Amino acid sequence: MTAILSVENMGIAFDSRSEKNKQVHVLHDIDLAIEQGEIIALVGESGSGKTTLGKVMVGLFEPTSGSLKYKGKEISKLNKKEFRQYRLDVQMVHQDSFAALNPNRTIFQSLSLPLIQNKIVKNTQEAMNLLIDYFNEVGLLPADQFLSKYPHQLSGGQRQRILLARALSVKPKVIVADEPVSMVDVSLRIAIIDLMTRMNQKYNISFVYITHDLATARYVAKNGRLAVMYLGEIVETNQIKAAIDYPTHPYFQALIAAVPEHIGTAGDTEIKDLPLRTLDMPSITNPPSGCRFHTRCPYYKERCKLEAPELRSYKGGLVSCHFAEEIDVLHRKQQKLTDLINTPVTMN
Amino acid sequence: MRKIIEIEKLTIDFELENRILRACDNVSLDIYENEIVAIIGESGSGKSTLASGILNLVRSPGKISSGQVHYIAVDGASTNILQMSPSEENVFRWKEISTVFQAAQNALNPVLKVKDHFIETVLAHESDQTIDMILKKAEEVLRFVRLDKSVLEYYPHQLSGGMKQRVLIAMSLILDPKVILLDEPTTALDVVTQYYILQLLSNIQKELGITLIFLTHDIAVVSQVANRIVVMYAGEVVERGFTKDVLGMPSHPYTKGLVDAIPNLKDDITKRKAIVGSPPDLTQTFTKCKFTERCFVYKEGHCEGIKKKTEQLYPTGLEKYTRCYTWAEAYDAQKKPKERVSNG
Repeated sequence: MTAILSVENMGIAFDSRSEKNKQVHVLHDIDLAIEQGEIIALVGESGSGKTTLGKVMVGLFEPTSGSLKYKGKEISKLNKKEFRQYRLDVQMVHQDSFAALNPNRTIFQSLSLPLIQNKIVKNTQEAMNLLIDYFNEVGLLPADQFLSKYPHQLSGGQRQRILLARALSVKPKVIVADEPVSMVDVSLRIAIIDLMTRMNQKYNISFVYITHDLATARYVAKNGRLAVMYLGEIVETNQIKAAIDYPTHPYFQALIAAVPEHIGTAGDTEIKDLPLRTLDMPSITNPPSGCRFHTRCPYYKERCKLEAPELRSYKGGLVSCHFAEEIDVLHRKQQKLTDLINTPVTMN
Repeated sequence: MRKIIEIEKLTIDFELENRILRACDNVSLDIYENEIVAIIGESGSGKSTLASGILNLVRSPGKISSGQVHYIAVDGASTNILQMSPSEENVFRWKEISTVFQAAQNALNPVLKVKDHFIETVLAHESDQTIDMILKKAEEVLRFVRLDKSVLEYYPHQLSGGMKQRVLIAMSLILDPKVILLDEPTTALDVVTQYYILQLLSNIQKELGITLIFLTHDIAVVSQVANRIVVMYAGEVVERGFTKDVLGMPSHPYTKGLVDAIPNLKDDITKRKAIVGSPPDLTQTFTKCKFTERCFVYKEGHCEGIKKKTEQLYPTGLEKYTRCYTWAEAYDAQKKPKERVSNG
């Protein structure tokens, strides 16, 4: 099966703002393939390049090296008609729902334009009907009321649903969702996430879910994959359950340790240190030599400084770490110990 | 423990065109010295308004319609914050209670260096300090948030989001306050930075014995550090108590819904569900319990949602109170007090 969307050896560099003739390599040697109907969660800290990767996938940035392929064909070699189809088939849902909608236009004006322009509908009446269908689908009821509203009249959750309806209305194959719930209230987050999984099952749309929130990533991509990014590189990928239960890359282990475990047991326990040497991420303009993570890695050795690890197969997933095996053993041992300490307290 | 802030029946209204929005409805709350309290609620639940009430910073069109906020000093002298003169306020703010405002990205002036922020803040409250004294103290408080003194020479744009937030926390410490109010201190930061900031705050609290008041919607994050939790909904306190009691065994349907809505890394994912509906319009006159529209207890017909009965809080355990009378009745009926799981 060929992947519907894939990036191969892809890199992207921007011109440096401070120094002329210097380039900043924001993404470096990325390989990722998305199958039809698959959900991939892309996680990492701010500045790891996950949004940039998302924007490359929808064609907002052009890769400076390597390739982006849609249905096995190189994007830059598509003819006009094919390119148009690609742009329709791969949609994006942005993080800031307020900035993503024109404040001077009603929801109907904003959402009907792409439908008419791309000849998905013949006239405004048809556009209206189609949008009402999708609004019903995403739970914006009564649908016709929302069409005449302006973005500022809606709540964050409602705007996020509108963005999702907008992406769905052009019948895409892939939706890249960039932190779609980070600005939505906690009590409503699950509803939006459920909606995405439902759309995935109903229309077999692939989702790329970009986030720094591992808990929601686990929820969205229950059956999907997870890719962890660090400083413009993918450092680990695996099936989501395996990845979260047994993280292999030391960076991912630290990310997981940073997530509050269970709520309600706190208050009396001391917050333990994260397994990181420093909390500050090195600058992307001047990435560390060798393994990019070595400046923060608690397990680092001389070799990490000199030699960059390759992304290699390990226990069903991919990991880029020279010492994955040893670290895995150490990590599991530690995990067992903490579990042992914690068991009597967490009874129900 | 000693009371440090006493909020008594505080009501804050916003006068809109021909309507009144009640953002804070008859809130009574005591804050004790040396504790970490988290005030939790969705956007629009009135937590930020409550904070501005505590600092007497409510601006037009908002006004404090009734109620009192007392600050109790170490010597036991109690002052009503809402009746302070501007000069008294100036001494009181930042020296007794300081704040870390929401959206660290925008709280710093982009054309001023970090050190100028410190100088400006101190001089506004204590005009007799010299620049050298201020900078020395600034270096000291920056050490608390594990920042090097070199950041004093930086402009805000040269700092990352997490560093800006740490600068703001350091700034809140500069006049040795007794209480710090933190409005959404970790939102918009990524997990690692979030974790770090919480760890810092918790250490600062232990070392300096400062009372921290968190205002946030992120229960999962704050439950790691807070001793007590106060849940707000539609301008009212709906439940309060010790963190593990409130989140471990909620006694208000809203709290229960919130706890059920938060995904984590270990739970069974199929059990997670959102609270249906959205927060009510606060300009209406409520004739029923404010939560009825979204309440599963009400919808399943176990409760009539009588407004009158929700105008007080009912005890449902040690230092734990709920506004839901149906839940309280169920608790009373059960009344064979379960033994609390102790950690010892």
